[in-house]
Amino acid sequence: MEVLTAISKVGIYVIFGVTLLGAMMAVTLRNIFHAALSLALTLIGVAAVFFVLRAEFLGAVQILLYVGGIMILVIFTVMLTTRIGDRTIPTSNHQQWPVLIGALLLLLYFVRMIGKTPWPIKSELAVVSAVQIGKSLVSTFIFPFELTAVILVAILIGTVILAKSDEGEEKS
Amino acid sequence: MDQLFVHIDQAIIHWAQAVLPDWMAVIVAMKIPIVAIAIFGPVTMMYLTLIERKLLARIQNRFGPNRVGKFGLLQPLADGVKMLTKEDIVPEKADKIAHLLAPILIVIPALLVFAVLPFGRNMIAVDLNIGVLFFLAMSGTTTLFIFTAAWASHNKFSLLGGMRSVAQMISYEIPFVLSVVPVLVVVGSFSTVAIVEAQPGLHWFVFTPWGAVGFFIFFICAVAEVNRTPFDLPEAESELVAGFHTEYSGMKFALFYMAEFMNVFTVSALVATVFLGGWQGPILPSWVWFLLKTYTLILIMMWFRGTFPRLRADQLMGFAWKFLLELTFVNIIVAAIWYEMRSPLNHLTAAAILIVTIIVLFQFNKTEIPKKRIYKYAYAD
Repeated sequence: MEVLTAISKVGIYVIFGVTLLGAMMAVTLRNIFHAALSLALTLIGVAAVFFVLRAEFLGAVQILLYVGGIMILVIFTVMLTTRIGDRTIPTSNHQQWPVLIGALLLLLYFVRMIGKTPWPIKSELAVVSAVQIGKSLVSTFIFPFELTAVILVAILIGTVILAKSDEGEEKS
Repeated sequence: MDQLFVHIDQAIIHWAQAVLPDWMAVIVAMKIPIVAIAIFGPVTMMYLTLIERKLLARIQNRFGPNRVGKFGLLQPLADGVKMLTKEDIVPEKADKIAHLLAPILIVIPALLVFAVLPFGRNMIAVDLNIGVLFFLAMSGTTTLFIFTAAWASHNKFSLLGGMRSVAQMISYEIPFVLSVVPVLVVVGSFSTVAIVEAQPGLHWFVFTPWGAVGFFIFFICAVAEVNRTPFDLPEAESELVAGFHTEYSGMKFALFYMAEFMNVFTVSALVATVFLGGWQGPILPSWVWFLLKTYTLILIMMWFRGTFPRLRADQLMGFAWKFLLELTFVNIIVAAIWYEMRSPLNHLTAAAILIVTIIVLFQFNKTEIPKKRIYKYAYAD
């Protein structure tokens, strides 16, 4: 059985590697559409990590929302840019240094938090079902859940207002 | 007969355990469903093309392919050989990598979703506890690859087709996903096996009021999701040459077709699983029932293709956003009410709410026909 364990370990590291590679390509590639595709690769990789960790519900939702929804929106936006035909578009600007400092601070914070958190290590994987997630969403985490709903409604109303005002300008 | 394929599977595993070392036996056990699906998917696709050509021909009072083999039964093989030996043309301005990747990647989700389909009692590759969600998530990624193909071709018609495909998918994805929710509410599980087991004998969900409406919405959205007539705007032959696969030839073109036909099969199978009771049914073996239901739905899709004209883009969007979406929301609530109430009363209440909703939606969606105008002064002499 050692062979199987070894194979699955290699598989997991391949998934990690591909995910990181996708993330790297998403920010460095100069072709905007290729960057979008690399982002999709990263998101699928994260979903694969969820699947490996037995968080199937999260993995499926990740693909459904991010790859099926957000990525499609990103691509839609790419379509609406005027320079779609251009092969290369500069993907960096003059704020590299401030961003680098910000990113380093964030990394430091993450490392500290990961170090602080007590990670419970069990011999068997804790499988959380969708039913449990749903129940905790409408009981323990009801406040953040409702807050998200309010924000989403605000966004919806905002988009409607934006779309409406455009129409008004056309008529006048 | 019922457990025929399960017994074959068991026999192969037993043989592997006897002959091979332990870890290889495990791999063999894992590979059996994978190989079965990898053969079943493409073969289904090949013969679906033949069935479709035959059926469309009959609808149009023709014979269809009948030269290669008896009833044209070898036509798919001949087509396959032709596709493989054809010249592979890549446009000069095309994005070479994306142009190559799109047709390959589009087949992957189409094959992956076979894994969660229960073909019969105990006949499922993986009984994921999020089966339905997995299916919806995987089939949702197809758009991305269609769009990649369209963009990489660097062709106006391809891009228009891809754009239409994205717009259509975004619109129909929402009622498509939400129309399954009533079933999930009643069953209380995402697992396709649990959903089938919740419809024993002839108690299929389609025979309940919310099930009938859900089936209607889900099937229509399924047809839209696989880009078939009357929702085939992304590849409208008469407007866009061939839509997103205009610049593809040879085997790459065939891969798009393979993905499309496998999606037709899997989506019909999912509709059959969720609303028509999957493999449940009297007398016949379970997998025969499953295939019967699936092929009935596929034939209905082909019948659509033979009879319906293509929708206009605004009709397509209006139908999804102004009719289907509202109906799915009401349907979810109706399913919850149906579940909580007692037996004869719940059917009546659910049916009443749904009928009223449909009438109201029809009233709101009436196309405005402008009154006939009489030009008083035009004819003044």
